[in-house]
Amino acid sequence: MVGDTVGSMEAVTDLTLREIGLATSKVLGRSVDVANDTHIGRDLAVDSLALMNIIMELEDTFDISIPLDRLASVETAGDLASLIKDLRNRA
Amino acid sequence: MGLFDKHLAYRDAYNAIRQAGADPFSVRFDAVVSPTEGVINGKRTILLGTNNYLGLTFDEQAIASSVKAVQERGTGTTGSRIANGSFEAHVELEEALAKFYKRKHAMVFTTGYQANLGVLSTLVGRGDHLILDADSHASIYDGARLGHAEVIRFRHNDPEDLYKRLRRMKDVPGERLIVVEGIYSMIGDTAPLKEIAAVKRELGGYLLVDEAHSMGVLGEHGRGLAELAGVEADVDFVVGTFSKSLGAIGGFCVSDMDDFDVMRVTCRPYMFTASLPPAVVSSTVTALRRLEEQPELRHKLMDNARRLYDGLSGMGYVTGPTSSPIVAITMPDTERAIGMWNALLQNGVYLNLALPPATPDSRPLLRTSVSAAHTFEQIDQVLAVFAELGAAMGLIEAPLKRVSA
Repeated sequence: MVGDTVGSMEAVTDLTLREIGLATSKVLGRSVDVANDTHIGRDLAVDSLALMNIIMELEDTFDISIPLDRLASVETAGDLASLIKDLRNRA
Repeated sequence: MGLFDKHLAYRDAYNAIRQAGADPFSVRFDAVVSPTEGVINGKRTILLGTNNYLGLTFDEQAIASSVKAVQERGTGTTGSRIANGSFEAHVELEEALAKFYKRKHAMVFTTGYQANLGVLSTLVGRGDHLILDADSHASIYDGARLGHAEVIRFRHNDPEDLYKRLRRMKDVPGERLIVVEGIYSMIGDTAPLKEIAAVKRELGGYLLVDEAHSMGVLGEHGRGLAELAGVEADVDFVVGTFSKSLGAIGGFCVSDMDDFDVMRVTCRPYMFTASLPPAVVSSTVTALRRLEEQPELRHKLMDNARRLYDGLSGMGYVTGPTSSPIVAITMPDTERAIGMWNALLQNGVYLNLALPPATPDSRPLLRTSVSAAHTFEQIDQVLAVFAELGAAMGLIEAPLKRVSA
């Protein structure tokens, strides 16, 4: 089993999800619960403009650049978390 | 599932707005009788939302050159510049623009929207980086989408945030193009261009300024914010439009950079659309000359803007950070924004209703644009209507009534 590896991966994802939740709450001005399968548009009622502002918050949190064109494939908080992970690995 | 299903939420919101009164997104003018007056529903109405900053739409010389052009050259060019050739007036206009901006090169587009679409999608490509002010106009965002560069936003009018984002990508290969606007169209604020130019100088990259709302408005000679801020040498590209201070339609880009003209055979929104008709090109050439000949128009415009801005702010309306020919009034909520917009129209004042997400901060705006052609009497009349309606609708406190002894 590779339990340890999976466990630490999940921890990283959880941390990223937590930051996505914090950034979303800050931009929307209300507290939100974010899980891996939370649909950003439907469940959080985040429009395209708010999403771009959430992205700026997350860029600062993780000290990375998240190009807007990469957001086309992002639907859930989990998608966003893995995009962030991908960009952090690239950096 | 139908094709329009994804837009149904917009349809419902739009219907709700229409039920509240007139339709702010399809106002029909029975007549437009001057740059500042029209007829709507049979009522003479002061036009305070037309971007007609210098009032040149009815300039007699511009009209005469336009009429002459349509009679001599016909109604349209029926094709694009690269496939079907240029008329001499297109070249004349490009030369006039280059001379006006003191730049080597100028390129004319069929609309201002297409100018941004074309320039942004062509200057940077795959592996390059576009760095946009977050409050950029839709044409800038759409230009960014048409190209293949990576798009990063920085916080509106925040040079430190720009610095941070550029520094973050310090070791990443690829060119950087920073894009800002001279005057932002929604609340009329200007970019801190001196500071932005300094960031560009320090961290590298190219700087493009969209002067759509500031051409003919800012700077001693009307060259816009870059002239006013004294940083024209740091600005690599100026984009603008003929549809505001020049009273026609069309867009342009000017630059000193070598090889600029290669865009004529690589920039798709330039190549694959019909060129501007002779009447438009000729009126624009004349309007540009009129803009240069009459600096007093700019002064009158600024006096009018100041009068409206001070008047509205003095009454207690929430306006933008500085007096500018765009005076925006922030409304507390969409319902009152729509109500106030309708009441103003019924009282003979036309301006623009701007609703989120097209506004910064998700707050509805009543957006006015002042013209040099407005008289002080018209501005005062508008202020009187604002005072009366604002008090009646509880947007401002009612003026203190003098108590008789």
